[in-house]
Amino acid sequence: MRRLLLALALVAAPVLADSDLPPAPLANTQLPDAKQEAEAKALMVTIRCLVCQGQSIADSDAELAGDMRAMVRERIAAGEKPEAIRAWLVQRYGSWVSYEPPFDRVTWALWVAPILFLVVGALIARTSFRRRRV
Amino acid sequence: MIAEAGLAALWLGAALCLLQLIAVALTVGGKAELAGIVRPVAVMQAALTALAFGLLIWLFVQVDLSVALVFENDSSEKPLLYRFAATWGNHEGSMLMWVTILGVAGAAVALLERKLEERTLLATLGGQAVIGLGFYAFLLFASNPFARLMPVPPEGRGLNPLLQDPGLAFHPPTLYLGYVGLSVAFSFAIGALVTRDVGPAFARAMRPWVLGAWIFLTLGITAGSYWAYYELGWGGWWFWDPVENASLMPWLAATALLHSVTVLATRDGLRAWTLMLAVVAFSMSMVGTFLVRSGVLTSVHAFAVDPKRGSFLLALLFLYIGGALALFGARVGTVREGARFDPISREAGLVANNLLLTAILGIVLVGTLYPLILEASTGTKLSVGPPYFNTAAGPLALILVAIMAAGPLLRWRRDNPKLLAKRVAPAAALALIALVAVKLTAPSISILSLLGLALAAGLALASVAPLWKRNLLRTPLFVWGMVVAHLGIAVSIAGMACDSSFTAEKLVAARVGETVAVGPYNVTFDAVDPTFGPSWQALQATLLARRGDGDVLTLNPQARTYWAPPTETSETAIHTALDGQLYTVLGKQAADGRWQLRLWWKPFVTLIWAGGAMVAIGGALALIGRLWRGRRKPQETWA
Amino acid sequence: MTGATKWAPLVLFILLGSALTYGLAKPESNTIKSKMVGVSVPSFTLPAAVPGVPGLSSSDLATGRPHLVNVFGSWCLPCMAEAPQLKQIADAGVPVVGIAVRDKPEALQRFLSRYGNPFGAIGADDASQVMMAMGSSGVPESFVVDGQGRILQQQIGPVNPEDVAGIVAAVKAAR
Repeated sequence: MRRLLLALALVAAPVLADSDLPPAPLANTQLPDAKQEAEAKALMVTIRCLVCQGQSIADSDAELAGDMRAMVRERIAAGEKPEAIRAWLVQRYGSWVSYEPPFDRVTWALWVAPILFLVVGALIARTSFRRRRV
Repeated sequence: MIAEAGLAALWLGAALCLLQLIAVALTVGGKAELAGIVRPVAVMQAALTALAFGLLIWLFVQVDLSVALVFENDSSEKPLLYRFAATWGNHEGSMLMWVTILGVAGAAVALLERKLEERTLLATLGGQAVIGLGFYAFLLFASNPFARLMPVPPEGRGLNPLLQDPGLAFHPPTLYLGYVGLSVAFSFAIGALVTRDVGPAFARAMRPWVLGAWIFLTLGITAGSYWAYYELGWGGWWFWDPVENASLMPWLAATALLHSVTVLATRDGLRAWTLMLAVVAFSMSMVGTFLVRSGVLTSVHAFAVDPKRGSFLLALLFLYIGGALALFGARVGTVREGARFDPISREAGLVANNLLLTAILGIVLVGTLYPLILEASTGTKLSVGPPYFNTAAGPLALILVAIMAAGPLLRWRRDNPKLLAKRVAPAAALALIALVAVKLTAPSISILSLLGLALAAGLALASVAPLWKRNLLRTPLFVWGMVVAHLGIAVSIAGMACDSSFTAEKLVAARVGETVAVGPYNVTFDAVDPTFGPSWQALQATLLARRGDGDVLTLNPQARTYWAPPTETSETAIHTALDGQLYTVLGKQAADGRWQLRLWWKPFVTLIWAGGAMVAIGGALALIGRLWRGRRKPQETWA
Repeated sequence: MTGATKWAPLVLFILLGSALTYGLAKPESNTIKSKMVGVSVPSFTLPAAVPGVPGLSSSDLATGRPHLVNVFGSWCLPCMAEAPQLKQIADAGVPVVGIAVRDKPEALQRFLSRYGNPFGAIGADDASQVMMAMGSSGVPESFVVDGQGRILQQQIGPVNPEDVAGIVAAVKAAR
């Protein structure tokens, strides 16, 4: 049940939403340089598709996702760093577009939480133990 | 007629549920006149709800279009399997399935539970009744599955094509058996808190229910992951999507509960932990149900989104979980402390296990809800996805794997560190060897995958270690269960690490006749032909794959168009070899006549789900072992 | 169990429940607003999308006159629906320019002849590059840009009849 209803923007696309042009060339083909392609892929899986219901641009059939993939590949091929591309997108769309939350004034709690849980957990564990005198 | 009969059965079931609750409340409060009717009423209630559910299935299989739900989700063109499964492929039907399983579980407790003290058992049935009433109310007042539709339309809307898959017949029922099974554990905990009877007997009574629910959850999640993998067409099997997390969180709690309840059963320790985890596990089931159906979080898997229904569920959530946690806070202080233990002991290992699982659960919960909390407080929209979850939960999971390796080798109550080190040494050595070997053969592997593979190797050896120097034929079944389940985790993690690090991907725009190399295979794009099925038409590609000098395999990925409802999907074609899968997808045609092909070679990816199945099998062995032993030997001892 | 630890789960749950209640109560907003509002239009140069109508570049938007930039496509249904409103806005003296996303000249020509042409210039954005650079996530969207090329306001979705007055006022008030 949890795996059902894929958004129409995903694999099942309503035909009317398609534009006239075919996908951009680099939307669905890989860069010739394997290392660059790996970098691009690693970035693409962390960029959120803007018109989908919760997928990365790497996993989406939506046109805009394709154009974003093409843009990422073009820029990586031109030598741009993945973090710079991510920053460019965040500058335009806000943190929402990146699946990797930033570490800033409002999100520090998110990143600190795991450490906090571990510390609290260790403290709780300590109270359960008592060295036996025997 | 049938629909009305179903609705009537549901009302009667609800009435009996109310009666059950009243009888239990009176009995626990001191007036035992109605005590005798509780069990029969629980059984009758289950029978009536099962009847209602059976009638709904009948309506779907017969495609009775005068019922609104059938019109919206069914059509006579569908094969029998999907007409049958469409019953729960929607909100109302799945809620009725939930209530049915709840009722049947309660009836099973009423009929089969013999070891528990009577008052506690009745309190447990009371807990079930409370939960049941909320969901009956939800069904009858906000999600009536039997609502009629006039005038009767000529044909139904049909089932969403993505649900027309055997996965639908399997995945929801197994998950629901898991979620609702946890409700029994919850009711047991409530019963124990009410009567203050928390001890080994209580744990032994609760354990089979926890095991059973956990086995189903494991199967449901594994099946769901595989379904998404082959259905979605991009080779991913887990996305840390809110709905996926909604099913993982109860599983994490249930795993911790499973281990905790054994400590309570055999060593009379971890009382408060066991009670807390039982409440948390079912709470997570309910939170998950709420998240999926309310539309509060955006997800690819969310269905039946309706904020009104969401409010009802939220109210139930506050009532049940708030009530249970308040009861916990009020009563847990009076629960006598169990036996203490050393920092180096199996109990300590299990406490560490509980803590790590709870910490991972906390991380998943925080990650899933943080965007909502942030938007509530500052209005900023945030996305939290795999980069966060993998980075935050990954290391904790690895530590847990290490503890899982050492755990079964620890002695109860007090162990000697030097002796422990000797027992753990072989597994640790293997892990180290694996670490070096993998790093040398795959220098660019990520640190998480590297450690995952190394620890998986160590865990694999450590999980079979308890069998060393034992008479295998006389080893209790539950020990085999533990061995198989832990081994399954090692296998699964190895599969995950291989998939993340060694997958070869080829995305090409190919002309007919071209050959593409992916992994060890050469794939020739032979043809594209139109084809059709019962409710769809498609373009089917013929791909000929060859590995070295081996046989030529034919794969036929399709780009399908369904007409009721109109949707486009892509059907992957997968070839499973011993050491991995060749995964192929046909995309769209470009302007110059070339076809988009997506090809992956995924080494050892099947280990992920094979491991999951092993974990479930291990659980089943343990369950059978416990039940069998319970019949033969009334007194519990730990081997 | 200490006093704090045994009530902690309930307290945490109440916090969780509050977050979920907020989630239900808040209005649905699936739109992603552009973060470029208040910032200068990114520099771009787009070729002409149809013969006879000039292309568009960012320098055209910094000439001292405010503009309404409409991101659209001839294949997009709501874009057809908003055409009369754009005409109204153009007739009110507002310079309207267009960015045609993923469009073909013939299709665009048909669209303009059928629904009218309020655009002083239309740039062809075949790979959605400029659309992305402006922080727009779909069509149609419209941006009020001031004379110095700074984005003042974003309209997500089609321009409805009731939005026309507001947009005209915003452009007229801009420098």
